[in-house]
Amino acid sequence: MSDLKEKAIHGLFMFNGLLVVIVLVGIFALLVGTSIPAFREISLKEFLFTARWNPTSYVRTQYGIGAMLVSTAMVTIGALVIAFPLGIGTAAYLSDIASPRVREIAKPIIEILAGIPSVVIGFLGIVLVGPAIARLFNIPNGLNALNGSFLLAIMALPTIISISEDALKSVPKSFTEASLALGSTHWQTIVKVKIPAAASGIFASCMLGMGRAIGETMTVLMATGCAPAMPHGFLDSVRTMTSTIAIELGEVPYYTTHYYALFGVGLVLFIITFLVNMISDIVLRKYQIKVR
Amino acid sequence: MNKKNIEQNAGITVLFLCLGTVALILVVILWDIFTKGAGKISWAFLTQMPKNGMTEGGIFPAIIGTFLVTLMTALFAVPLGMGCAIYLNEYARDNRFTRLIRMSIRNLSGVPSIVYGLFGVVLFVQLMRIGTCILSAGMTLGLMTLPWTITASEEALKNVPQAYRSGALALGATKWQSIRTNVLPYAIPGMLTGTILGLARAAGETAPILFTGAAFFLPFLPESLFDQFMALPYHLYIMATQHHDIEGVRPIAYGTALVLIVLVFSMNLFAIILRYKLRKVRKE
Repeated sequence: MSDLKEKAIHGLFMFNGLLVVIVLVGIFALLVGTSIPAFREISLKEFLFTARWNPTSYVRTQYGIGAMLVSTAMVTIGALVIAFPLGIGTAAYLSDIASPRVREIAKPIIEILAGIPSVVIGFLGIVLVGPAIARLFNIPNGLNALNGSFLLAIMALPTIISISEDALKSVPKSFTEASLALGSTHWQTIVKVKIPAAASGIFASCMLGMGRAIGETMTVLMATGCAPAMPHGFLDSVRTMTSTIAIELGEVPYYTTHYYALFGVGLVLFIITFLVNMISDIVLRKYQIKVR
Repeated sequence: MNKKNIEQNAGITVLFLCLGTVALILVVILWDIFTKGAGKISWAFLTQMPKNGMTEGGIFPAIIGTFLVTLMTALFAVPLGMGCAIYLNEYARDNRFTRLIRMSIRNLSGVPSIVYGLFGVVLFVQLMRIGTCILSAGMTLGLMTLPWTITASEEALKNVPQAYRSGALALGATKWQSIRTNVLPYAIPGMLTGTILGLARAAGETAPILFTGAAFFLPFLPESLFDQFMALPYHLYIMATQHHDIEGVRPIAYGTALVLIVLVFSMNLFAIILRYKLRKVRKE
Protein backbone atom coordinates (compact mmCIF):
# COMPACT_ATOMS: atom_id res chain seq x y z
CA MET A 1 0.00 0.00 0.00
CA SER A 2 2.60 2.51 1.05
CA ASP A 3 4.69 1.24 -1.81
CA LEU A 4 1.95 2.28 -4.17
CA LYS A 5 1.77 5.67 -2.54
CA GLU A 6 5.51 6.11 -2.92
CA LYS A 7 5.29 5.23 -6.57
CA ALA A 8 2.42 7.66 -7.07
CA ILE A 9 4.38 10.45 -5.43
CA HIS A 10 7.43 9.65 -7.51
CA GLY A 11 5.26 9.70 -10.63
CA LEU A 12 3.73 13.02 -9.64
CA PHE A 13 7.12 14.68 -9.25
CA MET A 14 8.32 13.13 -12.46
CA PHE A 15 5.34 14.60 -14.28
CA ASN A 16 6.13 17.93 -12.68
CA GLY A 17 9.63 17.68 -14.12
CA LEU A 18 8.25 16.75 -17.49
CA LEU A 19 6.01 19.82 -17.35
CA VAL A 20 9.00 22.08 -18.05
CA VAL A 21 9.66 20.24 -21.28
CA ILE A 22 5.96 20.43 -22.13
CA VAL A 23 5.94 24.20 -21.57
CA LEU A 24 8.95 24.74 -23.85
CA VAL A 25 7.57 22.49 -26.57
CA GLY A 26 4.12 24.03 -25.99
CA ILE A 27 5.38 27.55 -26.55
CA PHE A 28 7.00 26.49 -29.80
CA ALA A 29 3.95 24.49 -30.92
CA LEU A 30 1.47 27.27 -30.15
CA LEU A 31 3.62 29.84 -31.96
CA VAL A 32 3.87 27.56 -35.00
CA GLY A 33 0.18 26.66 -34.84
CA THR A 34 -0.97 30.24 -34.54
CA SER A 35 1.31 31.59 -37.24
CA ILE A 36 0.51 28.92 -39.85
CA PRO A 37 -2.74 30.60 -41.04
CA ALA A 38 -0.70 33.71 -41.83
CA PHE A 39 1.47 31.79 -44.24
CA ARG A 40 -1.55 30.67 -46.23
CA GLU A 41 -1.79 34.28 -47.40
CA ILE A 42 1.75 35.55 -47.10
CA SER A 43 4.57 33.74 -48.81
CA LEU A 44 7.44 32.83 -46.53
CA LYS A 45 9.73 34.61 -48.96
CA GLU A 46 7.81 37.87 -48.67
CA PHE A 47 7.67 37.53 -44.88
CA LEU A 48 11.37 36.93 -44.32
CA PHE A 49 13.04 38.80 -47.15
CA THR A 50 11.07 41.96 -47.86
CA ALA A 51 11.49 45.06 -45.77
CA ARG A 52 8.05 46.64 -45.60
CA TRP A 53 5.62 45.90 -42.81
CA ASN A 54 2.33 47.58 -43.56
CA PRO A 55 -0.51 45.32 -42.44
CA THR A 56 -3.20 47.98 -42.18
CA SER A 57 -2.79 49.53 -45.62
CA TYR A 58 -6.04 49.97 -47.58
CA VAL A 59 -4.30 49.63 -50.91
CA ARG A 60 -1.99 46.65 -50.44
CA THR A 61 -1.05 45.07 -47.16
CA GLN A 62 2.60 44.16 -46.82
CA TYR A 63 4.09 41.71 -44.40
CA GLY A 64 7.87 41.87 -44.63
CA ILE A 65 9.91 41.68 -41.44
CA GLY A 66 13.18 42.80 -43.06
CA ALA A 67 13.21 46.25 -41.47
CA MET A 68 12.42 44.72 -38.06
CA LEU A 69 15.22 42.18 -38.38
CA VAL A 70 17.67 44.92 -39.28
CA SER A 71 16.38 47.07 -36.39
CA THR A 72 16.74 44.24 -33.89
CA ALA A 73 20.21 43.44 -35.22
CA MET A 74 21.25 47.08 -35.00
CA VAL A 75 20.24 47.68 -31.40
CA THR A 76 21.65 44.30 -30.37
CA ILE A 77 25.02 44.83 -32.04
CA GLY A 78 25.13 48.39 -30.73
CA ALA A 79 24.41 47.11 -27.23
CA LEU A 80 27.19 44.52 -27.46
CA VAL A 81 29.71 47.04 -28.78
CA ILE A 82 29.06 49.12 -25.65
CA ALA A 83 28.58 46.33 -23.14
CA PHE A 84 31.32 43.93 -24.25
CA PRO A 85 34.44 46.00 -23.43
CA LEU A 86 32.82 47.52 -20.35
CA GLY A 87 31.64 44.13 -19.10
CA ILE A 88 34.91 42.27 -19.71
CA GLY A 89 36.92 45.12 -18.18
CA THR A 90 34.75 45.10 -15.08
CA ALA A 91 34.87 41.31 -14.84
CA ALA A 92 38.67 41.29 -15.19
CA TYR A 93 39.03 43.98 -12.53
CA LEU A 94 36.73 42.13 -10.14
CA SER A 95 38.29 38.72 -10.64
CA ASP A 96 41.97 39.68 -10.63
CA ILE A 97 42.66 43.06 -9.16
CA ALA A 98 39.89 44.19 -6.83
CA SER A 99 40.45 43.89 -3.10
CA PRO A 100 37.84 41.86 -1.21
CA ARG A 101 36.32 45.11 0.01
CA VAL A 102 35.85 46.54 -3.48
CA ARG A 103 34.37 43.21 -4.55
CA GLU A 104 31.92 43.33 -1.68
CA ILE A 105 30.74 46.76 -2.80
CA ALA A 106 30.69 45.85 -6.49
CA LYS A 107 28.63 42.69 -6.16
CA PRO A 108 25.45 44.37 -4.92
CA ILE A 109 25.92 47.14 -7.50
CA ILE A 110 25.71 44.57 -10.26
CA GLU A 111 22.82 42.75 -8.59
CA ILE A 112 20.85 45.98 -8.17
CA LEU A 113 21.52 46.90 -11.79
CA ALA A 114 20.16 43.51 -12.84
CA GLY A 115 17.08 44.04 -10.68
CA ILE A 116 15.91 47.33 -12.19
CA PRO A 117 12.71 46.66 -14.15
CA SER A 118 13.11 47.14 -17.90
CA VAL A 119 10.22 49.61 -18.02
CA VAL A 120 12.14 51.90 -15.66
CA ILE A 121 15.23 51.73 -17.90
CA GLY A 122 13.00 52.53 -20.87
CA PHE A 123 11.55 55.50 -19.00
CA LEU A 124 15.06 56.82 -18.34
CA GLY A 125 15.74 56.38 -22.06
CA ILE A 126 12.96 58.88 -22.69
CA VAL A 127 13.74 61.41 -19.96
CA LEU A 128 17.54 61.17 -19.64
CA VAL A 129 19.32 59.42 -22.51
CA GLY A 130 17.04 60.74 -25.28
CA PRO A 131 17.52 64.45 -24.53
CA ALA A 132 21.26 63.88 -24.03
CA ILE A 133 21.58 62.25 -27.46
CA ALA A 134 19.47 64.99 -29.06
CA ARG A 135 21.77 67.66 -27.62
CA LEU A 136 24.96 65.78 -28.46
CA PHE A 137 24.13 65.19 -32.12
CA ASN A 138 21.95 68.25 -32.56
CA ILE A 139 18.87 66.34 -33.70
CA PRO A 140 15.21 67.06 -32.84
CA ASN A 141 14.73 63.99 -30.66
CA GLY A 142 16.91 61.29 -29.23
CA LEU A 143 14.58 58.34 -29.53
CA ASN A 144 16.63 56.20 -31.90
CA ALA A 145 18.73 53.08 -32.31
CA LEU A 146 21.64 54.59 -30.39
CA ASN A 147 19.39 55.22 -27.39
CA GLY A 148 18.08 51.66 -27.57
CA SER A 149 21.61 50.25 -27.86
CA PHE A 150 22.76 52.18 -24.82
CA LEU A 151 19.83 51.01 -22.70
CA LEU A 152 20.15 47.40 -23.84
CA ALA A 153 23.84 47.57 -22.99
CA ILE A 154 22.88 48.49 -19.42
CA MET A 155 20.53 45.51 -19.31
CA ALA A 156 23.09 43.09 -20.76
CA LEU A 157 25.94 44.24 -18.50
CA PRO A 158 25.04 42.25 -15.36
CA THR A 159 24.83 39.01 -17.35
CA ILE A 160 28.11 39.64 -19.17
CA ILE A 161 29.94 40.71 -16.00
CA SER A 162 28.85 37.86 -13.76
CA ILE A 163 29.40 35.04 -16.25
CA SER A 164 32.72 36.43 -17.54
CA GLU A 165 33.88 36.84 -13.95
CA ASP A 166 33.05 33.20 -13.27
CA ALA A 167 34.93 32.19 -16.40
CA LEU A 168 37.99 34.24 -15.44
CA LYS A 169 37.94 32.87 -11.91
CA SER A 170 37.87 29.28 -13.07
CA VAL A 171 41.08 29.65 -15.08
CA PRO A 172 43.50 27.35 -13.20
CA LYS A 173 45.80 29.15 -10.80
CA SER A 174 48.84 27.47 -12.35
CA PHE A 175 48.30 29.50 -15.55
CA THR A 176 48.53 32.78 -13.65
CA GLU A 177 51.46 31.61 -11.54
CA ALA A 178 53.40 30.39 -14.56
CA SER A 179 52.86 33.68 -16.33
CA LEU A 180 53.90 35.75 -13.31
CA ALA A 181 56.92 33.54 -12.68
CA LEU A 182 58.12 34.20 -16.21
CA GLY A 183 58.26 37.87 -15.36
CA SER A 184 55.04 39.17 -16.92
CA THR A 185 53.15 41.89 -15.13
CA HIS A 186 49.67 41.43 -13.74
CA TRP A 187 48.27 43.34 -16.69
CA GLN A 188 50.07 41.16 -19.23
CA THR A 189 48.84 38.07 -17.42
CA ILE A 190 45.25 39.26 -17.62
CA VAL A 191 45.37 40.20 -21.28
CA LYS A 192 47.63 37.48 -22.65
CA VAL A 193 46.85 34.51 -20.42
CA LYS A 194 43.62 34.77 -18.50
CA ILE A 195 41.30 36.34 -21.04
CA PRO A 196 42.37 33.94 -23.83
CA ALA A 197 42.05 30.99 -21.43
CA ALA A 198 38.55 32.12 -20.43
CA ALA A 199 37.59 33.04 -23.99
CA SER A 200 34.85 30.48 -24.40
CA GLY A 201 33.15 31.49 -21.14
CA ILE A 202 33.44 35.15 -22.08
CA PHE A 203 32.00 34.36 -25.49
CA ALA A 204 29.10 32.51 -23.88
CA SER A 205 28.41 35.45 -21.56
CA CYS A 206 28.15 37.73 -24.58
CA MET A 207 25.80 35.33 -26.33
CA LEU A 208 23.58 35.27 -23.25
CA GLY A 209 23.69 39.06 -23.07
CA MET A 210 22.83 39.13 -26.75
CA GLY A 211 19.87 36.81 -26.18
CA ARG A 212 18.58 39.18 -23.54
CA ALA A 213 19.03 42.19 -25.81
CA ILE A 214 17.24 40.56 -28.75
CA GLY A 215 14.24 39.61 -26.63
CA GLU A 216 13.98 42.77 -24.56
CA THR A 217 10.73 44.58 -25.21
CA MET A 218 9.92 47.53 -22.98
CA THR A 219 13.19 49.45 -23.25
CA VAL A 220 13.28 49.39 -27.05
CA LEU A 221 9.54 50.00 -27.26
CA MET A 222 9.88 53.18 -25.22
CA ALA A 223 13.25 54.52 -26.29
CA THR A 224 13.70 53.86 -30.00
CA GLY A 225 10.85 55.88 -31.47
CA CYS A 226 9.39 52.85 -33.25
CA ALA A 227 9.20 54.23 -36.81
CA PRO A 228 8.46 51.23 -39.03
CA ALA A 229 10.75 52.28 -41.92
CA MET A 230 14.09 50.68 -42.76
CA PRO A 231 16.74 52.43 -40.62
CA HIS A 232 19.84 53.88 -42.29
CA GLY A 233 21.96 54.62 -39.26
CA PHE A 234 22.10 54.64 -35.49
CA LEU A 235 20.49 58.07 -35.31
CA ASP A 236 17.39 56.74 -37.09
CA SER A 237 14.34 55.60 -35.23
CA VAL A 238 13.99 51.82 -35.30
CA ARG A 239 11.24 49.34 -34.60
CA THR A 240 12.36 45.92 -33.46
CA MET A 241 10.45 42.64 -33.65
CA THR A 242 9.58 42.85 -29.96
CA SER A 243 8.21 46.39 -30.14
CA THR A 244 6.15 45.58 -33.24
CA ILE A 245 4.42 42.78 -31.35
CA ALA A 246 3.93 44.99 -28.31
CA ILE A 247 2.47 47.87 -30.31
CA GLU A 248 0.20 45.94 -32.63
CA LEU A 249 -1.07 42.90 -30.76
CA GLY A 250 -3.16 45.07 -28.45
CA GLU A 251 -5.00 46.71 -31.33
CA VAL A 252 -5.41 43.95 -33.87
CA PRO A 253 -8.66 41.95 -34.01
CA TYR A 254 -8.19 38.27 -33.12
CA TYR A 255 -7.99 35.69 -35.91
CA THR A 256 -7.03 38.03 -38.76
CA THR A 257 -4.02 37.62 -41.04
CA HIS A 258 -2.41 40.53 -39.24
CA TYR A 259 -2.90 38.76 -35.90
CA TYR A 260 -1.45 35.50 -37.19
CA ALA A 261 1.45 37.36 -38.79
CA LEU A 262 2.36 38.87 -35.41
CA PHE A 263 2.69 35.33 -34.06
CA GLY A 264 4.92 34.65 -37.06
CA VAL A 265 7.14 37.50 -35.83
CA GLY A 266 7.05 35.92 -32.36
CA LEU A 267 8.08 32.58 -33.85
CA VAL A 268 11.07 34.12 -35.62
CA LEU A 269 12.02 35.85 -32.37
CA PHE A 270 11.71 32.58 -30.44
CA ILE A 271 13.85 30.68 -32.93
CA ILE A 272 16.59 33.34 -32.95
CA THR A 273 16.82 33.55 -29.14
CA PHE A 274 16.62 29.76 -28.90
CA LEU A 275 19.61 29.37 -31.23
CA VAL A 276 21.60 32.08 -29.47
CA ASN A 277 20.96 30.45 -26.08
CA MET A 278 21.75 26.98 -27.40
CA ILE A 279 25.10 28.16 -28.77
CA SER A 280 26.06 29.80 -25.47
CA ASP A 281 24.88 26.71 -23.62
CA ILE A 282 26.99 24.34 -25.73
CA VAL A 283 30.06 26.59 -25.45
CA LEU A 284 29.66 26.90 -21.66
CA ARG A 285 29.25 23.15 -21.20
CA LYS A 286 32.20 22.25 -23.37
CA TYR A 287 34.29 24.77 -21.54
CA GLN A 288 33.33 23.49 -18.09
CA ILE A 289 34.35 19.96 -19.00
CA LYS A 290 37.71 21.18 -20.26
CA VAL A 291 38.53 23.00 -17.04
CA ARG A 292 37.67 20.05 -14.86
CA MET B 1 59.52 53.55 -13.88
CA ASN B 2 60.05 51.35 -16.90
CA LYS B 3 57.73 50.79 -19.82
CA LYS B 4 56.29 47.61 -18.40
CA ASN B 5 55.18 49.33 -15.23
CA ILE B 6 53.58 52.23 -17.06
CA GLU B 7 51.66 49.79 -19.21
CA GLN B 8 50.62 47.84 -16.13
CA ASN B 9 49.35 50.93 -14.32
CA ALA B 10 47.55 52.27 -17.36
CA GLY B 11 45.89 48.92 -18.00
CA ILE B 12 44.70 48.51 -14.46
CA THR B 13 43.39 52.06 -14.44
CA VAL B 14 41.36 51.29 -17.55
CA LEU B 15 39.87 48.19 -15.91
CA PHE B 16 39.03 50.19 -12.81
CA LEU B 17 37.37 52.82 -14.97
CA CYS B 18 35.16 50.07 -16.46
CA LEU B 19 33.90 49.18 -13.01
CA GLY B 20 33.60 52.87 -12.21
CA THR B 21 31.46 53.47 -15.30
CA VAL B 22 29.11 50.61 -14.38
CA ALA B 23 28.78 51.99 -10.87
CA LEU B 24 28.24 55.50 -12.23
CA ILE B 25 25.43 54.28 -14.51
CA LEU B 26 23.64 52.79 -11.50
CA VAL B 27 24.16 55.93 -9.41
CA VAL B 28 22.78 58.14 -12.20
CA ILE B 29 19.71 55.91 -12.63
CA LEU B 30 18.90 55.79 -8.94
CA TRP B 31 19.73 59.46 -8.36
CA ASP B 32 17.42 60.59 -11.16
CA ILE B 33 14.49 58.43 -10.07
CA PHE B 34 14.86 59.15 -6.36
CA THR B 35 15.37 62.92 -6.59
CA LYS B 36 12.61 63.52 -9.11
CA GLY B 37 10.20 60.91 -7.79
CA ALA B 38 10.47 61.58 -4.07
CA GLY B 39 8.56 64.88 -4.26
CA LYS B 40 5.52 63.08 -5.60
CA ILE B 41 5.35 60.45 -2.89
CA SER B 42 2.70 61.13 -0.32
CA TRP B 43 0.08 59.16 1.52
CA ALA B 44 -2.51 60.45 -0.94
CA PHE B 45 -0.43 59.37 -3.96
CA LEU B 46 -0.18 55.85 -2.59
CA THR B 47 -3.81 55.47 -1.51
CA GLN B 48 -5.93 57.41 -4.00
CA MET B 49 -7.43 56.47 -7.32
CA PRO B 50 -6.16 58.32 -10.43
CA LYS B 51 -8.32 61.36 -11.18
CA ASN B 52 -9.07 63.69 -14.11
CA GLY B 53 -7.90 61.40 -16.89
CA MET B 54 -4.96 60.25 -14.77
CA THR B 55 -3.48 63.76 -14.55
CA GLU B 56 -4.06 63.89 -10.80
CA GLY B 57 -4.65 61.57 -7.91
CA GLY B 58 -2.69 58.50 -6.95
CA ILE B 59 -1.68 55.07 -8.10
CA PHE B 60 -3.52 52.94 -5.55
CA PRO B 61 -5.17 50.55 -8.06
CA ALA B 62 -1.82 49.95 -9.78
CA ILE B 63 -0.20 49.02 -6.46
CA ILE B 64 -3.05 46.66 -5.60
CA GLY B 65 -3.01 45.19 -9.12
CA THR B 66 0.72 44.47 -9.00
CA PHE B 67 0.33 42.95 -5.55
CA LEU B 68 -2.50 40.66 -6.67
CA VAL B 69 -0.86 39.55 -9.88
CA THR B 70 2.43 38.84 -8.09
CA LEU B 71 0.54 36.78 -5.52
CA MET B 72 -1.07 34.84 -8.35
CA THR B 73 2.34 34.34 -9.95
CA ALA B 74 3.65 32.95 -6.66
CA LEU B 75 0.70 30.58 -6.22
CA PHE B 76 1.32 29.23 -9.68
CA ALA B 77 5.12 29.17 -9.91
CA VAL B 78 6.18 28.21 -6.38
CA PRO B 79 4.60 24.72 -6.09
CA LEU B 80 5.47 23.81 -9.67
CA GLY B 81 9.00 25.10 -9.32
CA MET B 82 9.55 23.31 -6.03
CA GLY B 83 8.09 20.08 -7.38
CA CYS B 84 10.37 20.11 -10.39
CA ALA B 85 13.38 20.85 -8.20
CA ILE B 86 12.46 18.00 -5.83
CA TYR B 87 12.22 15.65 -8.76
CA LEU B 88 15.57 16.72 -10.20
CA ASN B 89 17.48 16.72 -6.94
CA GLU B 90 15.83 13.92 -4.95
CA TYR B 91 14.37 11.40 -7.36
CA ALA B 92 16.01 11.63 -10.74
CA ARG B 93 19.35 10.23 -11.75
CA ASP B 94 21.56 11.89 -14.29
CA ASN B 95 20.17 10.44 -17.48
CA ARG B 96 18.92 11.57 -20.83
CA PHE B 97 15.51 12.53 -19.45
CA THR B 98 16.86 14.82 -16.72
CA ARG B 99 19.35 16.33 -19.13
CA LEU B 100 16.40 17.15 -21.39
CA ILE B 101 14.60 18.77 -18.44
CA ARG B 102 17.67 20.80 -17.52
CA MET B 103 18.15 21.91 -21.09
CA SER B 104 14.51 22.98 -21.23
CA ILE B 105 14.89 25.00 -18.03
CA ARG B 106 17.92 26.82 -19.39
CA ASN B 107 16.12 27.54 -22.64
CA LEU B 108 12.94 28.70 -20.93
CA SER B 109 14.93 31.24 -18.97
CA GLY B 110 16.12 32.66 -22.29
CA VAL B 111 12.69 32.91 -23.93
CA PRO B 112 11.84 36.62 -24.41
CA SER B 113 9.18 37.91 -22.05
CA ILE B 114 7.00 39.10 -24.92
CA VAL B 115 6.92 35.54 -26.27
CA TYR B 116 5.52 34.42 -22.89
CA GLY B 117 2.92 37.13 -23.46
CA LEU B 118 1.99 35.63 -26.84
CA PHE B 119 1.82 32.18 -25.29
CA GLY B 120 -0.43 33.48 -22.51
CA VAL B 121 -2.76 35.14 -24.98
CA VAL B 122 -3.29 31.95 -26.95
CA LEU B 123 -3.33 29.44 -24.11
CA PHE B 124 -4.98 31.20 -21.19
CA VAL B 125 -6.96 34.03 -22.75
CA GLN B 126 -8.27 32.18 -25.79
CA LEU B 127 -7.93 28.39 -25.67
CA MET B 128 -8.86 28.13 -21.99
CA ARG B 129 -11.30 31.03 -22.33
CA ILE B 130 -10.17 32.67 -19.12
CA GLY B 131 -10.08 36.07 -20.79
CA THR B 132 -7.81 39.00 -20.02
CA CYS B 133 -7.61 39.09 -16.25
CA ILE B 134 -5.45 38.71 -13.15
CA LEU B 135 -5.53 34.92 -13.42
CA SER B 136 -4.26 34.84 -17.03
CA ALA B 137 -1.58 37.44 -16.36
CA GLY B 138 -0.51 35.70 -13.15
CA MET B 139 -0.19 32.34 -14.85
CA THR B 140 1.74 33.87 -17.75
CA LEU B 141 4.17 35.52 -15.33
CA GLY B 142 4.24 32.27 -13.36
CA LEU B 143 5.47 30.34 -16.39
CA MET B 144 8.10 32.99 -16.98
CA THR B 145 9.26 32.75 -13.35
CA LEU B 146 9.34 28.94 -13.38
CA PRO B 147 12.98 28.50 -14.52
CA TRP B 148 14.18 30.85 -11.76
CA THR B 149 12.15 29.16 -9.01
CA ILE B 150 13.35 25.74 -10.10
CA THR B 151 17.00 26.77 -10.14
CA ALA B 152 16.72 28.48 -6.76
CA SER B 153 14.83 25.55 -5.20
CA GLU B 154 17.35 23.04 -6.47
CA GLU B 155 20.16 25.11 -5.03
CA ALA B 156 18.44 25.02 -1.64
CA LEU B 157 17.90 21.26 -1.82
CA LYS B 158 21.56 20.71 -2.68
CA ASN B 159 22.54 22.54 0.50
CA VAL B 160 20.77 19.99 2.72
CA PRO B 161 23.46 17.54 3.92
CA GLN B 162 23.21 14.04 2.49
CA ALA B 163 23.31 12.61 6.04
CA TYR B 164 19.83 14.00 6.77
CA ARG B 165 18.43 11.81 4.02
CA SER B 166 20.46 8.72 4.88
CA GLY B 167 19.50 9.07 8.54
CA ALA B 168 15.80 8.95 7.77
CA LEU B 169 16.17 6.15 5.26
CA ALA B 170 18.24 4.09 7.70
CA LEU B 171 15.46 4.33 10.26
CA GLY B 172 13.10 2.77 7.76
CA ALA B 173 11.43 5.87 6.40
CA THR B 174 10.26 5.78 2.81
CA LYS B 175 11.76 8.14 0.28
CA TRP B 176 8.87 10.59 0.49
CA GLN B 177 8.86 10.49 4.30
CA SER B 178 12.54 11.30 4.34
CA ILE B 179 12.04 14.19 1.94
CA ARG B 180 9.05 15.51 3.83
CA THR B 181 10.45 15.33 7.33
CA ASN B 182 14.21 15.60 6.85
CA VAL B 183 14.84 17.54 3.67
CA LEU B 184 12.04 20.02 3.00
CA PRO B 185 11.99 21.69 6.43
CA TYR B 186 15.63 22.63 5.95
CA ALA B 187 15.32 23.52 2.29
CA ILE B 188 12.12 25.57 2.27
CA PRO B 189 13.57 28.82 3.65
CA GLY B 190 16.30 28.73 1.02
CA MET B 191 13.74 27.93 -1.65
CA LEU B 192 11.69 30.93 -0.58
CA THR B 193 14.69 33.25 -0.78
CA GLY B 194 15.35 32.38 -4.39
CA THR B 195 11.68 32.44 -5.21
CA ILE B 196 11.21 35.95 -3.84
CA LEU B 197 14.05 37.13 -6.09
CA GLY B 198 12.23 35.61 -9.05
CA LEU B 199 8.93 37.17 -8.01
CA ALA B 200 10.59 40.57 -7.73
CA ARG B 201 11.55 40.28 -11.37
CA ALA B 202 8.04 39.20 -12.29
CA ALA B 203 6.54 42.16 -10.43
CA GLY B 204 8.54 44.54 -12.60
CA GLU B 205 7.75 42.85 -15.91
CA THR B 206 5.47 44.55 -18.39
CA ALA B 207 5.60 42.69 -21.68
CA PRO B 208 3.86 39.46 -20.54
CA ILE B 209 0.91 41.33 -19.01
CA LEU B 210 0.37 43.76 -21.90
CA PHE B 211 -2.20 41.50 -23.55
CA THR B 212 -3.14 39.12 -20.78
CA GLY B 213 -4.91 41.39 -18.35
CA ALA B 214 -3.33 44.76 -17.60
CA ALA B 215 -5.69 47.66 -18.17
CA PHE B 216 -4.96 51.23 -19.26
CA PHE B 217 -7.26 52.73 -16.64
CA LEU B 218 -9.90 51.31 -14.33
CA PRO B 219 -11.98 53.49 -12.04
CA PHE B 220 -12.46 50.62 -9.57
CA LEU B 221 -10.43 47.89 -7.93
CA PRO B 222 -10.56 44.33 -9.29
CA GLU B 223 -13.15 42.27 -7.44
CA SER B 224 -12.21 38.81 -8.56
CA LEU B 225 -9.43 36.94 -10.31
CA PHE B 226 -11.37 37.28 -13.54
CA ASP B 227 -11.19 41.06 -13.61
CA GLN B 228 -8.68 43.19 -15.44
CA PHE B 229 -6.23 45.14 -13.33
CA MET B 230 -3.88 48.10 -13.35
CA ALA B 231 -0.22 47.35 -12.69
CA LEU B 232 2.69 49.58 -11.70
CA PRO B 233 5.02 48.77 -14.62
CA TYR B 234 2.22 49.10 -17.17
CA HIS B 235 1.06 52.33 -15.54
CA LEU B 236 4.60 53.72 -15.84
CA TYR B 237 4.70 52.71 -19.51
CA ILE B 238 1.42 54.51 -20.18
CA MET B 239 2.37 57.60 -18.21
CA ALA B 240 5.69 57.78 -20.07
CA THR B 241 4.45 57.17 -23.62
CA GLN B 242 0.70 56.93 -24.13
CA HIS B 243 -0.84 59.70 -22.07
CA HIS B 244 -2.29 62.70 -23.92
CA ASP B 245 -0.43 65.14 -21.67
CA ILE B 246 2.94 63.43 -21.37
CA GLU B 247 4.94 66.40 -20.11
CA GLY B 248 2.20 67.24 -17.58
CA VAL B 249 2.16 63.79 -16.01
CA ARG B 250 5.96 63.40 -15.83
CA PRO B 251 5.93 63.81 -12.02
CA ILE B 252 3.36 61.00 -11.74
CA ALA B 253 5.53 58.84 -14.00
CA TYR B 254 8.56 59.54 -11.81
CA GLY B 255 6.53 58.78 -8.69
CA THR B 256 5.33 55.50 -10.19
CA ALA B 257 8.89 54.56 -11.21
CA LEU B 258 10.09 55.25 -7.67
CA VAL B 259 7.34 53.16 -6.08
CA LEU B 260 8.07 50.32 -8.52
CA ILE B 261 11.81 50.40 -7.85
CA VAL B 262 11.31 50.56 -4.09
CA LEU B 263 8.89 47.63 -4.28
CA VAL B 264 11.28 45.49 -6.32
CA PHE B 265 14.27 46.42 -4.16
CA SER B 266 12.48 45.75 -0.90
CA MET B 267 11.54 42.30 -2.15
CA ASN B 268 15.20 41.74 -3.03
CA LEU B 269 16.33 43.12 0.31
CA PHE B 270 13.89 40.89 2.16
CA ALA B 271 15.27 37.86 0.32
CA ILE B 272 18.86 38.87 1.02
CA ILE B 273 18.18 39.41 4.75
CA LEU B 274 16.40 36.07 4.89
CA ARG B 275 19.40 34.39 3.25
CA TYR B 276 21.79 36.09 5.66
CA LYS B 277 19.76 35.02 8.70
CA LEU B 278 19.57 31.46 7.42
CA ARG B 279 23.33 31.26 7.01
CA LYS B 280 23.77 32.44 10.57
CA VAL B 281 21.31 29.88 11.91
CA ARG B 282 23.04 27.12 10.00
CA LYS B 283 26.44 28.08 11.37
CA GLU B 284 25.25 28.05 14.97
